[in-house]
Amino acid sequence: MDIKIKKMSELSKVVPILTYHRLADEKIIVTSHEKLLLSLTCLKKHIGYQYHMLTCVSGVDFLGKDYRFSVVYDLLSLTFNSRLRLKVFVNEVTAVPSIVDIFINADWWEREIWDLYGIYFDKHPDLRRILTDYGFEGNPMRKDFPLSGFVEFRYDESKKRVIGEPIELTQEFRTFTFEMPW
Amino acid sequence: MILKKKALSRELKNFTINFGPQHPAAHGVLRLILELDGEVVKRADPHIGLLHRGTEKLIENKTYIQALPYFDRLDYVSMMAQEHTYSLAVEKIAGVKIPRRAQVIRVIFAEITRILNHLLAVGCHAMDVGAMTPFLWAFEEREKLMEFYERVSGARMHAAYVRPGGVSLDLPLGFLDDLYLFCAQFNYRVDEIEEMLTGNRIWKERLVDIGVVSSKKAVDWGFSGVMLRGSGLPWDLRKTQPYEIYSEIDFSVPVGNSGDCYDRYLIRIEEMRQSLSIIEQAIQLIQEGPVKSTNYKLNPPSRSEMKVSMEAVIHHFKLYTEGIILPFGETYTATEAPKGEFGVYLISNNTEKPYRCKIKAPGFGHLQALNTMSKGHMIADVVTIIGTQDIVFGEVDR
Repeated sequence: MDIKIKKMSELSKVVPILTYHRLADEKIIVTSHEKLLLSLTCLKKHIGYQYHMLTCVSGVDFLGKDYRFSVVYDLLSLTFNSRLRLKVFVNEVTAVPSIVDIFINADWWEREIWDLYGIYFDKHPDLRRILTDYGFEGNPMRKDFPLSGFVEFRYDESKKRVIGEPIELTQEFRTFTFEMPW
Repeated sequence: MILKKKALSRELKNFTINFGPQHPAAHGVLRLILELDGEVVKRADPHIGLLHRGTEKLIENKTYIQALPYFDRLDYVSMMAQEHTYSLAVEKIAGVKIPRRAQVIRVIFAEITRILNHLLAVGCHAMDVGAMTPFLWAFEEREKLMEFYERVSGARMHAAYVRPGGVSLDLPLGFLDDLYLFCAQFNYRVDEIEEMLTGNRIWKERLVDIGVVSSKKAVDWGFSGVMLRGSGLPWDLRKTQPYEIYSEIDFSVPVGNSGDCYDRYLIRIEEMRQSLSIIEQAIQLIQEGPVKSTNYKLNPPSRSEMKVSMEAVIHHFKLYTEGIILPFGETYTATEAPKGEFGVYLISNNTEKPYRCKIKAPGFGHLQALNTMSKGHMIADVVTIIGTQDIVFGEVDR
């Protein structure tokens, strides 16, 4: 653990970085989706970084921005005891390359993002829905998906099975947002 | 009659069975599609999401304080560990330091939670494999620990006790005395459980060399916690990236040798003893003092102060109608939860609600390795592997 992780400016010599910044003690770099595989391979294999472990992959929806979605890869280097966050910004029609070949455990995390956000992962071996129900439609974590959803389920006594119907709310869902006068 | 070669060799198709979602050994609602060759597992395809409640979506629509109780309900056997992670994430964005007494109380409860979780993990694992008695003993002890939860928060499980900026209430009178008494007797209970299991021939036959994970494979699959340490990697966030007062406490991190289920069982047992020693040290370290930060944008002022100060009343009103407002920022905060690295990726946007709150559950990462871990084992070993992964569906499905 003696070897200190190299400075961020040196990182840009190794990895094709668009921007990088630090927040408190957290290092964040942004790269383009074309260079994603290259960046991750470098970060994983480079002797000075050795980010061998992918902690998690998260999707973020920035509704209203040009690049609507962000896919965030959290990496951990056990050798240097260091964390790094790598971000990719894409719009609704761009696919992100799947990183399963580099980090095998990205499989389910990518499936989860595909399920909840609808971001397509190119060359993913098994891109199925994972968290939502069989036959679910829509991407529930998108900001334009309502919290109450579109379908409600109940057991139908005459049909002897569970049926789904369009949701009917007796009271409109209320959000309390406060405007700050100061 | 001439025998044709084709007639002699029979073609056998693999047998596909459905395991769960309602199966006592599935630890909840796991549905497994198992492809079997005789009794040997060829492929295991876990279908998860049957307990998906949309926690992350709900959190985006709640204020920071209202979002906290959802964390109890993720991994519902290690409740406070998750509140703790979330509180740390909020504090990190807010840039708030919490009083020392609150830190010690958090450590005490993080370790109580660890014992709580490991008792269930070992007990239920033993029951899945066929030993009923340790399960009953473990649940007796869990009951005592949940009484400690109840005494500080009023709830046996879903405590909502650790809050951003400290803990919600100070410890009640006589709490630490009783905790000390518990610690004095608990070692013997662990001994009893060990007597039943550690040298037990059946237990060893079922666990030794089952679900072996090499250290390289453990890193590749992104394991954390006991699953990583079982494969021989001394990685514990309490040691490597210490938070609260863990850097002042003397404890050791048990590490496995062969990476099989038996090693992981031994680690869980040893971690319970280490947790006990951490609790005892924390009892010695605890001092009088406040249990919440005095930042009134994050924590409410005390009752007595509200009787005399108008400003305190305004703060209280603002805090419970509008909520905490966090500035623009983001953080990935991880702690060593009993099951592994539990992380919260929080994005704040200067409003009272989190813009995004991704929950990195350790069980989700472990369960996706079930296929590689169980390949080539008997179908009965799948149950052992699910048990050793310590899966709880509250956190896997979120």
